[in-house]
Amino acid sequence: MEIVVLVKFVPDLVEDLEIDPGTGLLDRSFLRLIPNELDEHALEEALLLKERHGGKVTVLTLDFGDVDETLFTAIAKGADRAIKLTGEGFDQGPSNQRITAAFRQALGDLPFDLILTGTQAVDDLDGFIGPLLAEQLGLPYVGYVTRVTAADGRLVVQKEYPGGLNAEIEVSGPAVLGIQAAEKPPRYVVTSKVMEAMKTARIEEIAVGEVTAELEVPVSAMALPESGARAEMIEGDAQQVAQKIVALLRERGLVT
Amino acid sequence: MCGEVCVVVETLRGRVTEITFTMLAGGRGLAEALKTKLTALLIGHDAQKLAGELGAADRVVCVEHPSLAEFNPEAHLSVVTALLQQHKPRVVLLGHTAMGTDLACGLARRLRVPIISGCRSFSQDGGTVQYSALTCGGKLIATGPLPEPTCLATVMSGGYKPEEGRAARSPAVETVAPPAGLDQLRTRFKQYIEPPTGDVDIAKEAILVSVGRGIQNKDNIALAEELAKALGGVVAGSRPVIDQEWLPVTRLVGKSGKQVKPKLYLALGISGAPEHAEGMRDAELIVAVNRDEKAPIYGFAHFGAAVDVLELIPKLTASLRKG
Amino acid sequence: MSVPTPYEFLDKVIRATPDGKQIRKCLQCGTCSGVCPYGFAMDYPPRSLIAALRADDWYGVLESDTIWLCVSCFACASVCPSKIPLTRGLLSTLKTEMLVAGSIPAELQTALGNSRRYGNALGESPKKRADWAKDFTVPVPVMASHKRPVDVLWFVGDYGSYHPRVQQVTRALAKVLYVLDVDFGILGPEENSDGDTQAFTGEWGLFELLARKNITAMSKYTFGEIITADPHAYNALKHEYPRLGFDRPVKHHTQYLVEHLDRIKPLLQNRGAQRVTYHDPCYLGRANDNNIYEEPRQLLQAIPGVELVEMSHNRALSICCGGGGGGMWLDGFSWEKAHTRTTEWRIKEALAAGANVLAVACPYETPRFEDAVKSTGNEGKLAVRDVVELLAESMFG
Repeated sequence: MEIVVLVKFVPDLVEDLEIDPGTGLLDRSFLRLIPNELDEHALEEALLLKERHGGKVTVLTLDFGDVDETLFTAIAKGADRAIKLTGEGFDQGPSNQRITAAFRQALGDLPFDLILTGTQAVDDLDGFIGPLLAEQLGLPYVGYVTRVTAADGRLVVQKEYPGGLNAEIEVSGPAVLGIQAAEKPPRYVVTSKVMEAMKTARIEEIAVGEVTAELEVPVSAMALPESGARAEMIEGDAQQVAQKIVALLRERGLVT
Repeated sequence: MCGEVCVVVETLRGRVTEITFTMLAGGRGLAEALKTKLTALLIGHDAQKLAGELGAADRVVCVEHPSLAEFNPEAHLSVVTALLQQHKPRVVLLGHTAMGTDLACGLARRLRVPIISGCRSFSQDGGTVQYSALTCGGKLIATGPLPEPTCLATVMSGGYKPEEGRAARSPAVETVAPPAGLDQLRTRFKQYIEPPTGDVDIAKEAILVSVGRGIQNKDNIALAEELAKALGGVVAGSRPVIDQEWLPVTRLVGKSGKQVKPKLYLALGISGAPEHAEGMRDAELIVAVNRDEKAPIYGFAHFGAAVDVLELIPKLTASLRKG
Repeated sequence: MSVPTPYEFLDKVIRATPDGKQIRKCLQCGTCSGVCPYGFAMDYPPRSLIAALRADDWYGVLESDTIWLCVSCFACASVCPSKIPLTRGLLSTLKTEMLVAGSIPAELQTALGNSRRYGNALGESPKKRADWAKDFTVPVPVMASHKRPVDVLWFVGDYGSYHPRVQQVTRALAKVLYVLDVDFGILGPEENSDGDTQAFTGEWGLFELLARKNITAMSKYTFGEIITADPHAYNALKHEYPRLGFDRPVKHHTQYLVEHLDRIKPLLQNRGAQRVTYHDPCYLGRANDNNIYEEPRQLLQAIPGVELVEMSHNRALSICCGGGGGGMWLDGFSWEKAHTRTTEWRIKEALAAGANVLAVACPYETPRFEDAVKSTGNEGKLAVRDVVELLAESMFG
């Protein structure tokens, strides 16, 4: 099986987000960018499929700056090829339309049976990369996938619905799947293997031509929600808070 | 349907889902602001009987076919596209759900229109209609004008009350034949896999002690269990806790888990990202404990305390037992 | 992913330390397994591990996951009559093999992933590493903005920087250093985890990555010596960083403060009678023969009102708090396997010694022992304090 995994780098929400006073949009200059968590799940699912059925896994990402470590880590985990797409205009805001167009260009020359990517990314605003790309390639798409099995050129995927309900859907490939969770948590790869990959493996580069910005979503402003706007904050240390919560619950008749 | 507001009705196992009513509530407001009509697109098999629930719309357009009995992304996409390509609506609303998000992007591309994902609400600002969408785990609100002449939006819960999307009226129903090609699809629904049973149903509990990443490790779940016992409630959790297998999936609250409306929802170490908020924001009393004062959960919790969760839990348990 | 043969593994063990070949002299006496705090729950405690290697039961070893119970406390290595470097050589090398084979408890994976991405095991933002010093009564110079040489570079560590309980210890030390007019500075956001505990989970590659970042940061500045309240950082800076080319004098905060005892004594006031027992951290004492046992006791005995009592297992026999070797990040795992906590054992020893204060000197210990005080139902009977917190309380009230 030839599997391509698409990875998008997104703001790390461990850090505080700030608004750039000049543009009124998210200040991306000091943001730490990390691989989208669900894309790491997509890579894990791809590696599991490779372990079961053989084949190759290729990881594709846009060169948002510091992507090499992630790509070498993917190789250390078992990916066969790591490709970063270089070009202009990726940094200006989260335009999945543009990112998808860039992936579309790169995929033109790559053979694949299956494309996996996270079903969503934290900074999505103008749609999602998986289904946008599927449509451009004329391929079927299923999202919220938590398990992929392959047999006789067909894929059987498990699609997750609320409340623990799942649906089994059969897709004849090639297809694009949006991964909600891999069957197992993304594997850990020991640092020495990543270091080895850095010495022995090569990251390929594909230059992407200009991607035009059509169908963009106009954003006038971004704002941080007023924190505590609704919640009445209880003051004090843990002991005082505990007592106040108990008093509140008693007042409401929730405890005796 | 030209220039109208269209809501793509979502059904699961023969029932209209809650998000549909949220969309109808929002769609109604949008239609009024845009001075146009609200149409509901009902797609399924033997689905016409559900049209009676869609009274908030001015009319229902219904398409039926056996391949549409259960959600099939390819089939549903094909049908919605065919319906909308004929008539250029002003706005199309889909649920920001496992079904809606499968369709929305393909539909947007086929119609060659922009798509805004994660919308919570719409408003009028002078002459223009604005969208308000959540991004970055609920930590950012993006606003902007609704693109013209047509655009698509996936709608998240929280901006409108589903009750406002229900109306006693029976709307006019128009049936339309399905497009060709629904028998030659590459995608096929096989079967459902039922959720595991045998554990408590958190949706039926009056008091939930819910833990998030802030609980830090599986060991500390026991502290939450003690607290739940002292309160007469049950432990639940957010996605990261379930993914790490610190709690079984039957305890998951949120978009992929259960929707709960308990009398008391104690959110411990939970940030309150939209996927989780969706599952619990209608609880009668929400008390959130998270050291991060900027956590999104404080935007809709009733009470909050920015103290250390692991310090608070045992003290709370002790205080409850003392009184 | 090829599995090493027993001979290949033995070769790695022997090459891991300068005295590695001592393993060939194992007498199978079993003292190591006997003194190991979790030996009873392991499939292959140290003696059995060596026996398995010799008897070709190697694949049984690789299938077991109980190696993760090892808290790298050096108890086994310190009693071995053949002086086999069990902790650093045999056990951590086995953990490395487990990691290479992809066998790792999920809890630990998170801590290691955080260490790699954020430079701290807690997954906190590196930018906030010096936030404990914000809005604080004492000025804490951060080297990057201080731009001047200092006498003392204070390596704060992950838990000292981010954990709410341990931040209290950090602030206590800052107050003491300030009142003694010590010319000090911290690295702040430039500091990464010392990497020592990560090393003892088998992740020597990660250790090297973190160490090199710290070495790059520290090499930019001029300072006389390094102090740290973290015995793991002390151990790494003293024994491991030199082989990466960074060899500077380093002291544990108790060693440093003892040198200033003459100036500290006049400031200490009697705040009431306390029966204090001191817990010897593994990495200050047994590990690598650091043998720092008396300095903390000298500080405690200088505090008026303090009566020092000893627990039955003290100094080289001290019982590990369970935080080393990844234990800090494996509490769920070790509870499931062993159903005991070494910290609870220790609390009982402290109370049996008649103490009402348990003094500690390692950032893992304060939260771990406080949890155990509660889980053994002894809240209110035993206070847990770092040595410097007791000094600060005596000095400032």
